[in-house]
Amino acid sequence: MDEQFDVAVVGAGPAGISAACILAEKGVRTVVLERGEYPGAKNLFGGVLYGHDLAQIVPDYRDRNCPIERNIVESRIWYLSRNGGYSLSYRDRVFELQGKFNAFTTGRARFDRWFAEQAKDRGALILCSTVVTDLLRDSNRRVIGVRTDRPDGDLRARVVLLADGINSPLAKKTGFRPEPKPAEVALSVKEVIGLPEEVIEERFGVESGSGVTVEILGDVTWGMNGVAFLYTNKRSLSVGIGANLLHFSQNRVRPYEVLEAFKQHPMVAPFIKGGKPQEYTAHWLAEGGFDTIPQLCGDGFLITGDSAMLFNALHREGTNLAMASGRMAAETVLEAMDRGDFTRRGLEGYGRRLQESYVLRDMKKYRRFPHLLQEHKEIFTTLPELSSLAAREMLTVNGVPKKEKQRAIWNAVRRKMSPFRLLGLLWDAWRSVR
Amino acid sequence: MSVKVEDKLFLNRYRVDEESHLHIADPRVCTVQCSDQPCLYLCPANVYRLEKDRISVAYEGCLECGSCRIGCPHFNIEWRFPQGGFGIRHKFG
Repeated sequence: MDEQFDVAVVGAGPAGISAACILAEKGVRTVVLERGEYPGAKNLFGGVLYGHDLAQIVPDYRDRNCPIERNIVESRIWYLSRNGGYSLSYRDRVFELQGKFNAFTTGRARFDRWFAEQAKDRGALILCSTVVTDLLRDSNRRVIGVRTDRPDGDLRARVVLLADGINSPLAKKTGFRPEPKPAEVALSVKEVIGLPEEVIEERFGVESGSGVTVEILGDVTWGMNGVAFLYTNKRSLSVGIGANLLHFSQNRVRPYEVLEAFKQHPMVAPFIKGGKPQEYTAHWLAEGGFDTIPQLCGDGFLITGDSAMLFNALHREGTNLAMASGRMAAETVLEAMDRGDFTRRGLEGYGRRLQESYVLRDMKKYRRFPHLLQEHKEIFTTLPELSSLAAREMLTVNGVPKKEKQRAIWNAVRRKMSPFRLLGLLWDAWRSVR
Repeated sequence: MSVKVEDKLFLNRYRVDEESHLHIADPRVCTVQCSDQPCLYLCPANVYRLEKDRISVAYEGCLECGSCRIGCPHFNIEWRFPQGGFGIRHKFG
């Protein structure tokens, strides 16, 4: 393969395909290298995708048969203790189907395949079953192409776009970004559980085509810093839990055991009852936030999406940041092509674009959030039980006066946590999201 | 609680390569130097299993998350992607 391309994209995920769509449309010779047998074969997320950034790439995605499971009309947050918990939900007519989707559920095996088709239609070449094993460099260390595991597999390009995701042996090998430390990623496992369409609609109280997301915190991660989720697909539910990888190894806990226990929680079990497991998968989430973002470009290359650790843990936004970064990388490449300058300086517009956009502004806003979860373990250990105790006491009618109940609750809180600690948590929580 | 992860892996679709993409670089490190052996716990596919005198690698069920690579305290796992087109193939994702 001695063919010369303008741009080689590593990875057919949302970041890489977004870039390929924009570049190919402008006539840029673009090749996307995907290690899976088809785009999406290796890709995974919780299940929620946002319409806004997709529409920037494919404005008429709904008319183009984009594989959509359910339009999200309601978001729930649960804070769970061992035997119960709190639920907060928000539903709005604005989110009902009216031309545009805010958020929808989908599966990446189908979505990424469809998305790659859009890039192909615009002229990009998608090469599947191809692992990029190294970057080619000239004598000045400038990236000039990629090495693949195909026979005769060197491929030269004027610029390489790294969109190979968070788990990147290529990053480790070439050093374009440091290998994440166990504390900087969450390991998430997910099960897709099949249920009849009407059963899902009845259990979640939604119309056909509409769906609900549930984000879950508390005791469900066994004291580890993590989250769980429950999302509605058309004929299945996505059920998953994730926690800091360091905590899994320190606590000697197996991810699938936490998942299985989660499925049996009294708040969760009724929703998945009678369901048939269909798939079991695992993936990392970039939990480190703003401070773990690497140098975003160098001589001859740019880094996008999960590869660049672009992930907003608080709002569970990742694929949209990937799409936005892919789009901005492509715009920068177009600019660089006009000037014929693919050095780091020539590609610097990429970092500027990201900084001015919601992508880095949001990540900067929440840069303290990972520390909040690290420093306040009580969110996952003592607080779920204490908060449940408070509600349980106040709701139980047993002849004990409410004033005495309040005193008992307050004493229980103080036994487990100093009031200063509690104040500190509130203060730090405020600072991490303001 | 004992959970059989094999039942979960059985749901998945794989194209198994003849050759493993995961290798323990120096098996002695696992038995002599590594007391915690976190790979036995953190792997979501239970790829690493303690045999009598060594740790075996059931690469066929690997979910390709990368956790063992960065979770091994001795960086003793040589980790590469399966050859192009091989390994897990997500049905839903």
